[in-house]
Amino acid sequence: MKFLPLVIANLKRHKLRTLLTTLSVTLALFLFASLRSVVTTLSAGSEVSSASRMVVQNSTAFVIPLPMSYANRLSSVPHVKAVTWANWFGGKYGDGKKFFAQFAIDPASYLAMYPEIQVAEDQKQAFLKERAAAIIGEGLVRSFGWKVGDNITLQGTIFPGDWTFTVRGIYHATLKEYGDDQFMFHYDYLYEKYPDRVTPGWFIMQIDDPTAAPGVAKTIDDQFRNSNAPTKTGTEKAFASGFASMWGNVKLLMSTIGMAVVFAILLVTANAMMMNQRERTSEVAVMKTVGFSDRRVFGLIIIEAAVISLTGALLGLGAAALLPIVTGFGQGGFLPGFHVTIGTMLFGIAVALLLTIASGVFPAWQAARLPVVQALRRVE
Amino acid sequence: MALVEIRNVYKSFKREAQTVDVYSGLSMDFEEGSYTALMGPSGSGKSTLLNLIAGLDKPTSGTVRVEGSEVSSMTSAQLAPWRARTIGFVFQSYNLLPVLTAHQNVELPLLLTNLGKKERAERTEIALGVVGLADRMDHFPRQLSGGQEQRVAIARAIVADPTLILLDEPTGQLDSKSSEEVLELLRRLNDEFHKTIMIVTHDAKAADRAKAVLHLEKGVLLERSQLSGAGVAT
Ligand SMILES: Nc1ncnc2c1ncn2[C@@H]1O[C@H](COP(=O)(O)OP(=O)(O)OP(=O)(O)O)[C@@H](O)[C@H]1O
Ligand SMILES: [Mg+2]
Repeated sequence: MKFLPLVIANLKRHKLRTLLTTLSVTLALFLFASLRSVVTTLSAGSEVSSASRMVVQNSTAFVIPLPMSYANRLSSVPHVKAVTWANWFGGKYGDGKKFFAQFAIDPASYLAMYPEIQVAEDQKQAFLKERAAAIIGEGLVRSFGWKVGDNITLQGTIFPGDWTFTVRGIYHATLKEYGDDQFMFHYDYLYEKYPDRVTPGWFIMQIDDPTAAPGVAKTIDDQFRNSNAPTKTGTEKAFASGFASMWGNVKLLMSTIGMAVVFAILLVTANAMMMNQRERTSEVAVMKTVGFSDRRVFGLIIIEAAVISLTGALLGLGAAALLPIVTGFGQGGFLPGFHVTIGTMLFGIAVALLLTIASGVFPAWQAARLPVVQALRRVE
Repeated sequence: MALVEIRNVYKSFKREAQTVDVYSGLSMDFEEGSYTALMGPSGSGKSTLLNLIAGLDKPTSGTVRVEGSEVSSMTSAQLAPWRARTIGFVFQSYNLLPVLTAHQNVELPLLLTNLGKKERAERTEIALGVVGLADRMDHFPRQLSGGQEQRVAIARAIVADPTLILLDEPTGQLDSKSSEEVLELLRRLNDEFHKTIMIVTHDAKAADRAKAVLHLEKGVLLERSQLSGAGVAT
């Protein structure tokens, strides 16, 4: 590429301006990739959920529990192979600044239903045997330094009191979207202390045929419609995205902000490119006099725009991809498995190419059709 | 056949309502190896004539031929490579790209050829040597004097070995010593390298260096010898 020195020389003309323009593209793509990753991570959370698992919850409100007696009635519904249940504990650890989810689960049936949760066999047996035992995700080990055998005291908020558990197992999530920062313990332990208040928060069922899901849901919801705990049954996927939508219409918000940011930066970049070009009118005329064709002049200016947007894009996307890894943000908190997908990267590159066209085409086209004679009369 | 043939050229510029007629039927030949100075009052159409020959502008009617090719009817896509091969152009000022070194500026026309990197460097150095600036290759235009800048521009005009060198008031902004350097160089290019040169100038001393002097007035070319009389050049 023998014209490269020419492109580089032009980029170096106003070093600060080039740097600032590149950095604004970097910032735009960093924000774009990060915001879009929130959306893809939330969606991925609902993708993990096995299509053959269904969730039954109270149709009045998600937080209102269901009677224990439903367990038997659910297992007799056609296509339902297994039933388990869980409850949201909502406890606080220490000053409560680090949030993590705690569930009371029916140990054996729950672990059987979630093959994504992997625990060493001896740890699993130890957990099953002991009433006050808990299993925790590897993420909590990283955050708190807990290990097997530790006693951990949580303060109940929904179920008041100090609750002490003994860690008996550490699980590995085979799908990172499942999250490895959960704290799970025996449902019976909770039930013992508050027998008149504790019933399952939701049921999870394994069905033998994913295509039967709509029929199963209808059968169950019809059956309980007129009871005092009517149900809402759906696939686990619908349940998970229901969780996500508790955040408000996150997706729409994030996409809108993302697009607005990109658009704003696009205007900044296009403006900088046009300022550059206006200053160079007489130089373009000289190049054409030397014998540069209109197409070549056009191409050189587009390449200049491309160097700025692609450099900026690579820096921004790279930073977005590295940030959750370096800070450990993707490991826990509200967004387990937060990471920048290949799709987002490619999308980002596409945005950068679009930026190249939008910021480069107009000045390049102006330069290409510039009549030499006119351009030189203006300066002389 | 002359190197440059101008036949019955009309050129007018429209400015808002009024039309400026620069030439009404100009015809003129320039032979290969000639060195012609073009003089005349401001607005007489000297620059326009060079622009027409270089294909930077088009006549309203009539034809301009260089080496038998009809420049006046070529498209801009045809003109660019033709100009790279055939024309070396030097303006009064703003000739050099400020972001490029003297070497890079001179190399510019060679980028449009198929020459390899090494050959381009060699030719560039020769051209800079001819104008006496081999030791200033890595200087940027702002680090050169006005006369040196014009010599770099001339090096660029000759580096691709064009058929024709056109200069529009190349000494217009130079002091007498720098002008002298430039004129000396042009003389050598014509004497030693047999380059065909056309120079527009207001400076009688510059015109003296040329082999022929033409006077353009009200769109009509007069040869210097005919100035006392009133003959019209063919
Ligand atoms: N692009 C243009 N648009 C309008 N008028 C023009 C244009 N170019 C030249 N003219 C007019 O054509 C006439 C000839 O201009 P030209 O530049 O050829 O003169 P010149 O002999 O080079 O003058 P000078 O000695 O001042 O450079 C002038 O009247 C000028 O105003
Ligand atoms: Mg002029």
